Amino acid sequence: MKSTPYLLALPALLLFAVVVIAPLGMTVALSFHDWGQYKGIEPVFILKNWKEVFTDSYYGEMFGRTFRIALLVTLITAVFGAPEAYILNRMKSPWRGIFLLVILGPLLISVVARTLGWALLFGGNSGLVNKALMSAGLISAPLPFMFTETGMVVALSHVLMPYMVLSVWAALQRLDPQVENAAVALGAGPLTTLRRIVLPQAMPGILSGGIIVFALAASAFATPAIIGGRRLKVASTLAYDEFLNTLDWPLGAVVAVLLLAALVTIVVVANWLVERRYAAVFR
Amino acid sequence: MAFLELENLNKEFGTHRAVDGLTLAVEKGEFVSLLGPSGCGKTTTLQMIAGFVEPSGGAIRLEGRDLLAVKPARRGLGIVFQSYALFPHMTVAENVSFGLEMQGVARAERGKRVGETLELVGLGAFAERHPRQLSGGQQQRVALARALVIRPRILLLDEPLSNLDAKLREEMQIELRQIQRGVGTTTILVTHDQAEAMALSDRIVVMNKGRVEQIGPPHEAYERPATPFVANFLGKTNLMNGASVRPERVSFATSGLAGTVRTRIFQGNHWLYQIDTAGGLVTVIRQNSGEAMPAEGAAVHLAWSGS
Repeated sequence: MKSTPYLLALPALLLFAVVVIAPLGMTVALSFHDWGQYKGIEPVFILKNWKEVFTDSYYGEMFGRTFRIALLVTLITAVFGAPEAYILNRMKSPWRGIFLLVILGPLLISVVARTLGWALLFGGNSGLVNKALMSAGLISAPLPFMFTETGMVVALSHVLMPYMVLSVWAALQRLDPQVENAAVALGAGPLTTLRRIVLPQAMPGILSGGIIVFALAASAFATPAIIGGRRLKVASTLAYDEFLNTLDWPLGAVVAVLLLAALVTIVVVANWLVERRYAAVFR
Repeated sequence: MAFLELENLNKEFGTHRAVDGLTLAVEKGEFVSLLGPSGCGKTTTLQMIAGFVEPSGGAIRLEGRDLLAVKPARRGLGIVFQSYALFPHMTVAENVSFGLEMQGVARAERGKRVGETLELVGLGAFAERHPRQLSGGQQQRVALARALVIRPRILLLDEPLSNLDAKLREEMQIELRQIQRGVGTTTILVTHDQAEAMALSDRIVVMNKGRVEQIGPPHEAYERPATPFVANFLGKTNLMNGASVRPERVSFATSGLAGTVRTRIFQGNHWLYQIDTAGGLVTVIRQNSGEAMPAEGAAVHLAWSGS
């Protein structure tokens, strides 16, 4: 029957509608409701919350920081992750398997545990690394890490590195192993081969890895919450605070919807640009 | 002094001897094939000439100079890989131009030579395409153009036609031979296909388990195989009274070795027979001249030249 595939997809579609579409729709609706300290949420249609977010520079700063951090994390994971993937790809067994596990290992540990690890290493005077560096006389005051953007970028880069490595590695595995030899035989040195032959072919992997890392970094919650705390908020921790501390759900909903909309737009446009750029080359 | 000399070349991988005492002299402009089953050491030999594999022992000399002292990128050899190894992110013209760029050839000269070489392989109209948009045969020609455009001292072909279907392979054999004769580049072909080696080469080197079994012109190796391995590898063969006789040299006669036809297969231009005789199974190939031939089960007598 022609309708069979649709019927088979129906249960999953229903589940998707109930647990994803419905809450999203309700969140969007919530963002237009009114809220007051004493009256609570009033189901009316007003643009007050949206106006506030767009006019108050406080929110602009939050979103600016969110995307600045996401962009830096994306760049750092690309700069370190791409060579890592290349080296991994050239390894022979059993080393390749062992190092793949080392790279994927962090994914098996909770983000919270990993971020707390960074806090233990660099947190204030009692941080392990800070203590060691200070007792060695290399620094006089602890390196600022907690409640700084640098700290967030470092911790997020570590947390999201596996996604970049895996994405680039997948692209490199499609590489013809003889293609580097072909370049060498034509007179290209090792650096020229890397720049002209390997890098362009790894580029789709770097770009798609970048899209994943950017989206995860911009929407990350646990790491910014632990490293940044209340002092240094990003969009996701801001939404959390509006919901659970201020209890201004409609304002929190605006932040959440805005973050989602911005991310979806960026990811879709970036993906479209990448696919258009590489359509003729990689199909 | 020969153009290219391989002297007592060895390659060991652990305890395994991939190439064992290979000595070969190739003249300028010659087309030589390294022929043998997989694992016979032919590809390893090619990679040692190219510089991708370091020999365990022996010498390689090109025009009297030690080639092993030269870095792979400076050897100036043209290589066509089995997988073609084209640069997928570059157009056909950019692929072919890459080697010239590395040599520092000026842009105008580059464009001219790329155009000429693409015309030579019949791809003049495809310069701006990407490799993925080409058929297997066309990709093969791009790989050949890319190797030839740098005017290599030697052209190395690693199973270049094995990824093509049978009909296209035959066409490319003819074309490859014409192009090679035209430009006169000394060529070494690695293949496991004896028909390909015989069709293309001035001389073939039959290899087995890392050792050379025979070196000679295709016709000579086919007619006078030095070892049973060569006889078997270069085509079907019958062992008659200890001598090896090709199936096409056996004919039906009124007297001679008696037998019965076990199977008869029609293959268009010839018939392929399997005959049961007192001396064992004999394979016979007869030209199809339109005449009636013995049917399956028929009693026949066999005669062969030299008997």
